[in-house]
Amino acid sequence: MVAHLVRLRFRLLLNGLTRNPWQALAVILGTVYGLSLFLIAAGGLFALSFAPAELGRTASVLGGAVLVLGWTILPLLSSGIDETVDPARLSIFPIPINTLVLALGVSGMVGVPGIVTTLTALATALTWWASPFAVVAAIVTGFIGAATCVIGSRMLAALTVRISSGRRAREAKTVLVLIPLILLGPAILGVTALFRELSDIFPMVASVLAWTPLGAIWAVPGDLALGNAGAAVAHAAIGVATLAISLAIWRWALDRALEKPASAQSSERTTRGLGLFRFFPASPSGAVAARALTYWLRDPRYTQSLISVPLVPALVFFYSGASGDLTGLLFVGPIVAVLLGMSIYTDVSYDNTAFSLHLHTGVSGRDDRWGRVLGLGSFAVPVTVILTVASVWVSNSWERLPGLLGIALGLLLTGLALSSLVSGRFAFSVPAPGENPFKARPGGGFTLMLSMFASWTALAILALPEMILALLGFAIDSPALGWSALAIGLGLGAALLVVGVRWGGAILDERGADLLVQLQRQK
Amino acid sequence: MPDSTSPLPALELLNVSKRFGDKLAADSVNLTVPSGSFFGLVGPNGAGKTTTLSMATGLLRPDAGTVAVHGLDVWTNLVEAKRRLGVLSDGVRLFDRLTGLQLVTYAGLLHGMERDVVADRAADLLELFDLEAAGGTLVVDYSAGMTKKVALACALIHAPQVLVLDEPFESVDPVSGANIRDILHGFVESGGTVIVSSHAMDLVQRMCDHVAVIANGRVLASGTTDDVRGDSTLEDRFVELVGGRRHGRGPAWLHIS
Repeated sequence: MVAHLVRLRFRLLLNGLTRNPWQALAVILGTVYGLSLFLIAAGGLFALSFAPAELGRTASVLGGAVLVLGWTILPLLSSGIDETVDPARLSIFPIPINTLVLALGVSGMVGVPGIVTTLTALATALTWWASPFAVVAAIVTGFIGAATCVIGSRMLAALTVRISSGRRAREAKTVLVLIPLILLGPAILGVTALFRELSDIFPMVASVLAWTPLGAIWAVPGDLALGNAGAAVAHAAIGVATLAISLAIWRWALDRALEKPASAQSSERTTRGLGLFRFFPASPSGAVAARALTYWLRDPRYTQSLISVPLVPALVFFYSGASGDLTGLLFVGPIVAVLLGMSIYTDVSYDNTAFSLHLHTGVSGRDDRWGRVLGLGSFAVPVTVILTVASVWVSNSWERLPGLLGIALGLLLTGLALSSLVSGRFAFSVPAPGENPFKARPGGGFTLMLSMFASWTALAILALPEMILALLGFAIDSPALGWSALAIGLGLGAALLVVGVRWGGAILDERGADLLVQLQRQK
Repeated sequence: MPDSTSPLPALELLNVSKRFGDKLAADSVNLTVPSGSFFGLVGPNGAGKTTTLSMATGLLRPDAGTVAVHGLDVWTNLVEAKRRLGVLSDGVRLFDRLTGLQLVTYAGLLHGMERDVVADRAADLLELFDLEAAGGTLVVDYSAGMTKKVALACALIHAPQVLVLDEPFESVDPVSGANIRDILHGFVESGGTVIVSSHAMDLVQRMCDHVAVIANGRVLASGTTDDVRGDSTLEDRFVELVGGRRHGRGPAWLHIS
C-alpha cells in the first residue's frame, strides 16, 4: 500500500508534466538547481572537515536549524504546499492511518526538495570523516534531520487544514499569514545587521539552538567529534523526541482531517444593496471597475499584491534607517508604483472561467481594459502620490518632488499599459478563485516568470525618458528638469496607457474566445 | 429586428466542425432551431453538446462552418449576435465574490443597459427565481441550485430573443426546476426561442417540441420531438440511436446473494 501511494504521487506528477511541457522544463530546471545546491553544500561540508571541530559543529547546527525552519515555515509563506497527493481525496479509501502517515511521509521525502535535503543532511558525514564514530552518527542523525524537515512541513500543513475549514476562516488565515510576512523582511534585515556587527555571536547562537528542537539533532556528530558523549546523548534525545512529537501531531491532525473533511460552510453575513457598483458610472467600464475594486477588497489573491504597499516602505525604512541615511526612502514611491502597475498583469487569469460572462455580454475589449485600470487606479494613483510626497517629506528633499513624482506616476501608468496589453492575451497558471493564494502548481510559475521578466524590461525601457530627465535634474540640481520629468512622465505614461488599453482591447475582441479556451485548460 | 414569426431559423449551424487534438468534438454539425421553438439537445457525456453550444454562442471559434442567429452570422457580428442571445454555460465559474444582486447587476451593466432598467430587472429576476432573500449573500456561499438560478438570471437580464442553456436543470431542486420550466414556457409562448441541453430524457420529451440527438460530435437525429421518438419513448429511441446499452445484472461477485 505504501509503495502504491508513492507510485501514485509520481504518476500524478508525470501526468501533470505531460500535459504541459513548460512545466516539465521547470521541474527539470528545478532538479538541476537543487542538485547544484547539494553539490555546493557537500563541498562546503567537506571543506569544513579541515577547520576546527567547533566550527564544524556551529556551522552544521546553524545550517540544520535554518533547514528545518525553512521547511516548516516557508511553504506556508511562499511556494505553497505540494499537495500532489491530497489526503482529503484519499478519505474514501479504507487505508489504515499509520499506513497513510508512512506513505505520505515517504512521498514527501522522494520529491526533489526532499531528496536534495536528505542528500545534504547525509553529506554532513563528510565534515566528520576524520572521526569514524561521528561519521556513523552523522549518517543516522542526517536521516532523522531530513525526516524532521519533511514531517514538520506536513504537520503544519495538516494543522492549518484543520484550522481553515470554512471559507471565511481560510481567508482570515491568509491575512494572518501575511502579517508575519510583512514583519519577516525587517526582522531578517535587523538580525543580519546584528550578525554583521557581532559575527562572533554565531557560536553562542549555535550552542543555544543546539538545545532547541530546530538544532538539536544536527549537534550530535559534532558533540561526538569533540568527545562530549553526554551532550551527544542529550541532543540526540531532543532530536528524536522532536521527530516523534511532530509525527504524532501530524498523525492526529490527519486522522481528524479524514474524519471531518473540511467542507464549505456558508456564512450568514450579507451585504445589502449594490456596494461599490453605486459609486462607479453605470457603464460597462464602470461596472468592470466596480467589480475589480470589489475583488481587491474581498479576494485574498489580490491582498497578496496589496501588502506591497505597507511592505516596501517598511523594508526600505528598516534598511536605510540602519545606516541613518533616509534618502533611500525616495525609492519607495517608484517601487510601489511598479508593483501596483504590474499587479493586474494576471487579472484575466484570476477571473478564471468567470471571464466567460464578459464574453456572453459582448462587452468590448476596450471597456474591459479600462474598467480594470480604473478599478486599480482609483487607489493606486493616490497611494503612489501619497507615498512619494511622504518619502520626500521624511527625507526632507522637497526639491526632488516633481522629478520623483514624474518617475513614479510614469512607471505606474506605463505598468498599467503593459498589464492591459498582456493580461488580455495570455492565460497564466495562477491560483484559482478560492484556492490558497500561496498554492504552487509545480513549475506553473515559470511561464509567468519568463513573461514577467520581459515585461519588466519593457517597462524599464518605456519609462526611460522621465527617469533620465529626473535623475539628470537631481544630479545638476535643476528644478526645470524635474518639472519636465513630471510632464513627460504623465504625458508619455498616459499616451502609453491609451495605446496599451486600445491594443489590448483589440486583441481581446479578436481572441476573447481563444483566451477562454486557455483559461478552461488552466482550470 | 426580426420578429418571432420570421421564417429565418432562430439558430442555424451549417457544417460546423471543431477539433481538439486528435478528437473531433464536432463533426460537420448541421442544426436548425426554428424560431419560437423549445428545442432540446440530448446526447451522452462527451458527445459534443457543450462544444456545439459554445460555438453557437460565440464562445468557441469553430474550425469550419457558419453559425447564424436569426440570419445574422455570429462570428462576423459577435456583439450584435450576443445582444440577441442569452447564454447559460455549464462548468464555468461566476464572479462569485459578488452578491447575487451585484452579479445580476454586473451582467446588465456589461450589456450597456441603463442603471434604472438594470435595477428594476435585477429585482424582478431575483424575485422570479426566489433569490430575494439571498440577494445580499456572496454567490460563493450559494448552493449549487441557487448558483444555477443566479447564472440563469444573468442570462435573462438583457431580454434576449434566443436562450441557449447548457444543463439548466442540473442540481436544481424539483420545485425550482418546475418554476424555471414555467418561466421558459412563458418565454417561448411570447415568441422567444429556448435551446436546452440535458441528460434527462423524460424532461426533454415533456418539455421540448423539437429535439436533436448528438453523439460523437455528430447529429444523429433532429426534428420535432414526436418525429424523432416515433412510437417509442425518447429514452428508448435515444438508446437505440446512440447504442451502448448493456443487458445483464453485472458480475456475479457484485450480487449480495
